[in-house]
Amino acid sequence: MRYGKYMVIKREDNDSGIWSELYDKNGQPLKINKMNEQEQIEDRLWNYIDGLSDPAEKSVIDQLITANIEWRRKYHELLEVHQLMSDAPLDAPSMRFTKNVMEEIAKYQIAPATKNYINKRVIWGISIFFLVMITGFLIYGFSQINWNAENTTSTEILNQYNKLPKFDWSKFMTNTYTNIFMMINVVLGLILLDMYLQHKKEMRAKNLETKN
Amino acid sequence: MYTGLTDTEIISRVLKGDQRSFSALVDRYKDYVFTLVMRFTDIREDAEEISQDIFVKAYRCLADFRGDSKFSTWLYTIVRTTSITFLRKKKLPTTSLDQENTLVQLENRESSFNANLVEKKSRQSMVKEAIQLLSPDDAHVITLFYQAEQSLEEIGTILGMEPNTVKVKLHRARIRLKEKMEKNFSHEVREIHGD
Repeated sequence: MRYGKYMVIKREDNDSGIWSELYDKNGQPLKINKMNEQEQIEDRLWNYIDGLSDPAEKSVIDQLITANIEWRRKYHELLEVHQLMSDAPLDAPSMRFTKNVMEEIAKYQIAPATKNYINKRVIWGISIFFLVMITGFLIYGFSQINWNAENTTSTEILNQYNKLPKFDWSKFMTNTYTNIFMMINVVLGLILLDMYLQHKKEMRAKNLETKN
Repeated sequence: MYTGLTDTEIISRVLKGDQRSFSALVDRYKDYVFTLVMRFTDIREDAEEISQDIFVKAYRCLADFRGDSKFSTWLYTIVRTTSITFLRKKKLPTTSLDQENTLVQLENRESSFNANLVEKKSRQSMVKEAIQLLSPDDAHVITLFYQAEQSLEEIGTILGMEPNTVKVKLHRARIRLKEKMEKNFSHEVREIHGD
């Protein structure tokens, strides 16, 4: 009997196992690895029980459950486990649980949705900045390569690298620049702290209003 | 009062300022959340504290629930992250079957169960105890699929995995559960199969 890509053949001899009944369209045995037979049966039956089998496979398994005693026995065994797991009782917290939660959440406000306080323009700005930086470095890097050079060895590449104009970072790492950088950071930190305290103050005022 | 309302309707009420209606969501999901947390810790007091923390977090972040998934799926994501964070803070192992200490722990738990086998267990409590013998990972997947009624895709969202990986995990967890039941509750299993 044919079911899509599968075919069930009833065999007279019983010594060739369950999977020997399942053949492909050309009449070749579909599964011959007997070591994994039980696992494969269980796998297919779980898919069947969970409703994950495709229609062709479902028809074949329907047929096998009806015709083969071993498949039927396994199916009922797994179905029983499935039923037991579905009926397993839930653990319940204490009787006061809901009350405790409600008392706890009374202290809090719902936080604004993340998407509301994350400014998309800032994210875009940062992304564009990094993209421009990377593109700039790439363009600069490629422009320094001598594309006409023949048989370039690693030593030659190193020599070419050494010939590149060097950027002197040390002139920016002086005390004055470091101090300016630190001062800017401190000022930015103070601004952020002020914004945070201001926000907290507003929230407290809002809470008082809602309570009154 | 809120029984006829869907999760989304309750959420929109809460977001409009009706804080009390959040209790309907707590009542609706507290057993599921508590059961899932109990898969991470055996201590009821800890589980209750974590569950409470989960609902508080869910309330505070409710505005972030966009309705792309079911509320339960979103809530169970919080369950997982909060439980793992809590256990890390308490420095208890967030166990995985691959870890050696987990195996030792499981063996200890098994032996205590063997000692108690004399008393007859109901089918349901047998499954419950067999689930407790599993690693938290396995127990979590089985609980999400069977008790919390989440689909493979939804479990994938909660665990941050592909549905196919979840399917394999679920299949392995079921095999291990069956083995645990056969090993520890062989008498009851034979009764179920009518042998």
